[in-house]
Amino acid sequence: MTGLMPIFKRELRAYFHSPIAYVFIIIFLISNAGCAFLLGNFFNANQASLESFFVFHPWLYLLLIPAVGMRLWAEERQSGTVELLLTFPVTTVTAVLSKFLAAWAFVGIALFLTFPMIVTVHYLGDADNGPIIAGYLGSFLMAGAYLAIASCTSALTKNQVISFIVSVVICLIFVLLGWGVLNNILNSFFPVWISDLVSQFSFTTHFNALRRGVVDLRDLVYFVSVIVFMLMVNVVILDSHKAL
Amino acid sequence: MIQVDKLCKSFGRIQAVDNISFDVEKGEILGFLGPNGAGKSTTMKMITCFIPPSSGTAKVCGHDILKNPLKVRENVGYLPESAPSYHEMLVEEFLLFAGEMRGLKGSELHNHVDRVLDQTSLQEVRFQMIDTLSKGYRQRTCLAQSLLHDPPVLILDEPTDGLDPNQKHEVRTLIKRISEKRAILVSTHILEEVEAVCSRAIIIADGKVVADGTPEDLLARSSFHNAISLTVKKSDPEGLLSKLQNIPGVQSAQVLNAEAGASASFILFPKQGQIILSGVEQFIQEQQLQVEQLYSEKGRLDEVFRKVTLNV
Repeated sequence: MTGLMPIFKRELRAYFHSPIAYVFIIIFLISNAGCAFLLGNFFNANQASLESFFVFHPWLYLLLIPAVGMRLWAEERQSGTVELLLTFPVTTVTAVLSKFLAAWAFVGIALFLTFPMIVTVHYLGDADNGPIIAGYLGSFLMAGAYLAIASCTSALTKNQVISFIVSVVICLIFVLLGWGVLNNILNSFFPVWISDLVSQFSFTTHFNALRRGVVDLRDLVYFVSVIVFMLMVNVVILDSHKAL
Repeated sequence: MIQVDKLCKSFGRIQAVDNISFDVEKGEILGFLGPNGAGKSTTMKMITCFIPPSSGTAKVCGHDILKNPLKVRENVGYLPESAPSYHEMLVEEFLLFAGEMRGLKGSELHNHVDRVLDQTSLQEVRFQMIDTLSKGYRQRTCLAQSLLHDPPVLILDEPTDGLDPNQKHEVRTLIKRISEKRAILVSTHILEEVEAVCSRAIIIADGKVVADGTPEDLLARSSFHNAISLTVKKSDPEGLLSKLQNIPGVQSAQVLNAEAGASASFILFPKQGQIILSGVEQFIQEQQLQVEQLYSEKGRLDEVFRKVTLNV
């Protein structure tokens, strides 16, 4: 794993060297707060919890996370630096992993900056920290899964716009599989176990349990395995199409 | 130190590299020549383990590119064709990153960065963002990166591309200076570079090796090799030409330019393998010609290049 730290540091710094980081963080915070307070009726719910904050994350991440991940490989391809990076003595696995971890850490920073929500909810009432921690854990893991998909599609092309659109579509499928409306439609045609099975593949299904404070190992395993699988696909794509 | 063994690469139906074999020894600077699209860069990308060959293999410092790519990469300093770099970084930052990727640390890392900044004359832009640099500086920044870990093998894809004549000269001098303990593979399509830097040259066309030898060997294949160029003061060019053609050993002679009443230039081609300079000298004395210029051509590389690359 030599090369992991240098790439990680360079990648994370690259976000803050460009306006992307600041634009992203500001939009991330505004849209999070906006959703929680305006759409989620944070105050009217009259509960000292962050449910109305977390509930929108699958939808927010749908657009925000591919925007973070789209540059990961597409930019390297576009500028030709991929040839430099992958002729350093590192394995493709290390390169993929370290770039992914850097982007994930960046999203983690953005997520951390939502801490005023925790402060607010504690100020307003007697909040239970368990679901809040579980919610953050779930949100972070889910962001990782979105990001792994974005990283993977980013390796397919030189064009960041294409990378963005393809990853939004794939992520949308992962979200919709657990969407109540789709499950109801499926239920009216097929036995219930079909829609159950389908929704087991969805981000929302696994995230919903976590944001309610239920930390089930299966949900954690789900997100981690999506990440691992997508990064493996990412490595395969890179190895077979380096000189695009 | 580099052994290329029957390397092939095809992209779909296009055979980019077709059965190329050559060796580069320590201390050697091998010029890799060929028209655009001949397969120079593709070959270099395979030797640096960036893309896998379709068949065949290569060894760098004894390590096989297929079996031990990480060892190969450790031993190679590589300047890719377009000299890519991370534009949002400072020159120093970029080199520190490249050094860390090579496993350098602490003061050793800083010493090496200092050394390559000196070698490539980049000290003055050390703290400048790469994005703001001109092409020549970017080229040298990427070149500096390839020298950081003092690699035994250097693979440079068009190292002087985009440089001004002074910078070209500097880079060539640098390459020559560091060649002693290394094997260097340099691709170029600038022919003067081959004569100036390389100890050996390979010309490839359509993915195949069409010529391999020292620059002198290649020059000897030129029809201008050992030809005599002669300029004399006002004379009767036509009459002189027929006499010149009769000098022993001369295959043919041509008038290059002749202005009435001014000087006239001729070129005399020798018969295969013959030296005609002394014969020409004797002729000049006999005819008491007033010579303005007289020299023996070494050969013209561009002519050899055209001859071997167009006939495939």
